[in-house]
Amino acid sequence: MNGIKFTSAPAAPGEIAGEFTGRSLWQDAWRRLLANRAAVAGMIILAGIALASVIGPFLLPWSYDSIDWEHIEALPPQFSTGHYLGTDSLGRDLLARTLFGGRISLMVGLLATTVALLIGVTVGAVAGFVGGRTDQLLMRFVDLMYSVPLTFFVIILMVVFGRNFALMFLAIGAVEWLTMARIVRGQTLTLRNKEFIEAARASGGSTANIIARHILPNVLGVVMIYVTLTIPQVILLESFLSFLGLGIQEPMTSWGMLINDGAAELEINPRTLIIPATFMTTTLFCLNFLGDGLRDALDPKDR
Amino acid sequence: MSASVLDLKNLSVRFATPEGEVAAVSELSLSVGKGECLGIVGESGSGKSQTFLAAMGLLARNGRAVGEAIFGGINLAAADENTLNRLRGNKLAMIFQDPMTSLTPHMKVGHQLTEVLVRHRNLKFPAARDRAIAMLRRVQISEPERRFEMYPHELSGGLRQRVMIAMALMCGPELIIADEPTTALDVTVQAQILDLIRRAKEELGTAVILITHDLGVVAGMADRVGVMYAGRIVELGEVHQIFNAPQHPYTKGLLACTPRLDDATASALVTIPGQPPDLQQLPTGCAYHPRCGNVMERCRAAAPPLMSTGGGGLKACFLENFGSVQAGTVVP
Amino acid sequence: MWSYFARRVAIGIPTLWAIITVCFFMMRLTPGGPFDGEAPVPPEILANLRARFHLDDPLWRQYLDYLANLLRGDFGPSFKYRDFNVTTLIAQGFPVSLQNGFSALVIAIMIGVPLGIFAALGQNTRRDYTVSAFAMTGIVIPNFIMGHVLILIFGVWLKDSVFHLPAGGWADGALANRVLPVFCLSLPYIAYLVRITRGSMIEAMRANYIRTARAKGLPFRLVVLRHALKSALIPVVTFLGPATAFLLTGSMVVETIFQIPGIGRYFVQGALNRDYTLVMGVTILSAALVIAMNLIVDLLYSLLDPRVRYEGKQ
Repeated sequence: MNGIKFTSAPAAPGEIAGEFTGRSLWQDAWRRLLANRAAVAGMIILAGIALASVIGPFLLPWSYDSIDWEHIEALPPQFSTGHYLGTDSLGRDLLARTLFGGRISLMVGLLATTVALLIGVTVGAVAGFVGGRTDQLLMRFVDLMYSVPLTFFVIILMVVFGRNFALMFLAIGAVEWLTMARIVRGQTLTLRNKEFIEAARASGGSTANIIARHILPNVLGVVMIYVTLTIPQVILLESFLSFLGLGIQEPMTSWGMLINDGAAELEINPRTLIIPATFMTTTLFCLNFLGDGLRDALDPKDR
Repeated sequence: MSASVLDLKNLSVRFATPEGEVAAVSELSLSVGKGECLGIVGESGSGKSQTFLAAMGLLARNGRAVGEAIFGGINLAAADENTLNRLRGNKLAMIFQDPMTSLTPHMKVGHQLTEVLVRHRNLKFPAARDRAIAMLRRVQISEPERRFEMYPHELSGGLRQRVMIAMALMCGPELIIADEPTTALDVTVQAQILDLIRRAKEELGTAVILITHDLGVVAGMADRVGVMYAGRIVELGEVHQIFNAPQHPYTKGLLACTPRLDDATASALVTIPGQPPDLQQLPTGCAYHPRCGNVMERCRAAAPPLMSTGGGGLKACFLENFGSVQAGTVVP
Repeated sequence: MWSYFARRVAIGIPTLWAIITVCFFMMRLTPGGPFDGEAPVPPEILANLRARFHLDDPLWRQYLDYLANLLRGDFGPSFKYRDFNVTTLIAQGFPVSLQNGFSALVIAIMIGVPLGIFAALGQNTRRDYTVSAFAMTGIVIPNFIMGHVLILIFGVWLKDSVFHLPAGGWADGALANRVLPVFCLSLPYIAYLVRITRGSMIEAMRANYIRTARAKGLPFRLVVLRHALKSALIPVVTFLGPATAFLLTGSMVVETIFQIPGIGRYFVQGALNRDYTLVMGVTILSAALVIAMNLIVDLLYSLLDPRVRYEGKQ
């Protein structure tokens, strides 16, 4: 036991130092974030909406797809029937549908962003770190993709491969990674020549190891900022696909679909549009405030 | 000193920061005579640039000037933008430190020169062009007609600073404020630029305020020198007095820091111990006392006022007969 | 300068070709042909259709034919609207999208840029906060919500007032029918322009040369317009390049919501109907526009920043 402890000791000081500076940097950023009122409000509201979307549907008297046969018409909000925000024209509970739709929209947002994150960070870090021909090849490809109207691309993908939930966030993720790749590459390029990377290389670290242990932790800040910008874009793209009838399929629903349904009965029952639209817009606002707050917190010199 | 061009009276410059208001310059008073060259020396952060940016009305957005800066009977520190604009570039000109970034990159050099004349002399472009080219020739720019049509990035640093000087001289100002005019330049070019400023002073009778951290620059140019520390003048006097018999320990320290090739006894580079003070947390008493080798008890308690040195100069130090005291030795 | 431009063009053409190629093979290699979605077609008619659209030729042959036709400006026949070819459909839809996009662009620039400058010059004052809040709203609210809300307000709630505007349709470009879609199109662009102009103007006003210009005694108006504005416009132009391309090729969302017969709507219809040639035609057109606009942006840079011109010469 003693022996094992002892042999591991030489690595410890460096790790502790790394831990320490890392943590204090992040703590610093966290403190600045908490000082930003808009960002904190954004976080709280966002957490509220997310929580309501996840557990809300279990607690409501009506499920999102059950039809209240006694009221097969648009109902105004009322407590006696348990339709707290009323129903749509088929007698389905609006609140339950909106929360369930939020669950889908947020999930697509997170999953597709994760896909974009994985591809973008990998491509960016590899291009930036390996450099040379690999870098040129990858970045030319990114440039090429930038010239393609990406929304078109997703639509084509959806049409070609059919409506499929898993495919949707793969398709969205597959087009949203470009900017992420560019940002990470730029960061990696500047990091590559820093002393601590040189040191890691000199001590014989493999490329993958250096990228994972030294590059990635250092680009995390920028990536986080960009993630808060990507999630709303993804949610919008999903909504747009659903709006075109290429996204989620009935009886499942999402905010985009609800808004589309609501638009159809705009004249008789505007609530069906306003309620999901309010939820979605609020979420987008919160993500924006959070993103701005993160940017100010992690990169204080910027404005 | 009735024939002064610029009179600063109790001029303070304060900046609003997230941590509260910071005084970069505190109640500073001095005057510049007609045709005189006043050197202002100090470390970065001593407030030397801010003092005169305040006089020009060019403080950053979060800065404000309190007190008086009298120029031609007008208090510049309280003047409105229109009044300032009639004087700036006309009677009062400024040369900045970094010629690389101080010219507008997307405008031809010539246009940047002529717009001064168009603005202040109501000249039409052809006449302004002739004057500008003449001025370029005067600041010893070769092929002035060709340079006139160039963009700043096509000129070297030295040439750009000449353009800046030409710009300052366009309207024959009464006072030129040169803020570190040679700091960003090669050593060989520095002397040429200083020579230009000196000639402007001699030929046009323009007063010059030369702001620098380099005592060598001041020695060859200035008539009088003011030494600034932490937003205050600590010593002010004739140039030979300052160099030969400094009356303030800080001045002496600065002089000792300047490496001299001709001094065989200076075996190593001398530095003043410690750091320039944080303006947000100035030490009590004399701001220099933590770094001073001659610190006394009263220096910690109260800041010394500016008093006469006896030799016609002013100093802000309680020490008497400092000239005879060795710098660095502690007085009991 | 011109060699610089030529080099950019030389990069643009292979890019466009690569996009065309990728699109073509993606479309052709997908499971399910263009005629699958319809009511069962008798085999002999299907064979006829396939022959008419050359679908039985070898793939490379179809590809080369398609490229050759493209060079002549012929996007091929539409699979869905069989009496039309894609070029005709685009020729019908593009002018509509172009008009709306152009109006929206002009409005966005005329409002967004001055508003951004206005906010920047009053940085951290109330007017700055007000303008910035407006910009954030414009950016955050997606236009398929904004479109519906506008319809709800002006088409439904104000139905009986003088502010009533038609909720959709084109009516051959009647002014009343254009107001809502153009406004809806321009809103996010106004917002982005405000944000970008404000940021770059603040940046530009901090430059040393602005201090020089002020030290010359130039009036504030001249300092802003002559010395600051040009460099502040560089990021704006960068944004406007692709933005123009997207605006001019018609917004799928806005054209669908307001039922405007532009190419954005054709694209959506084409996608839903698996009308591959139509979809490809619109995609290629937009890609070409994006590439062209980026070229124009490069040219504008050299007007705004002489340093670019200089590098171009070398």
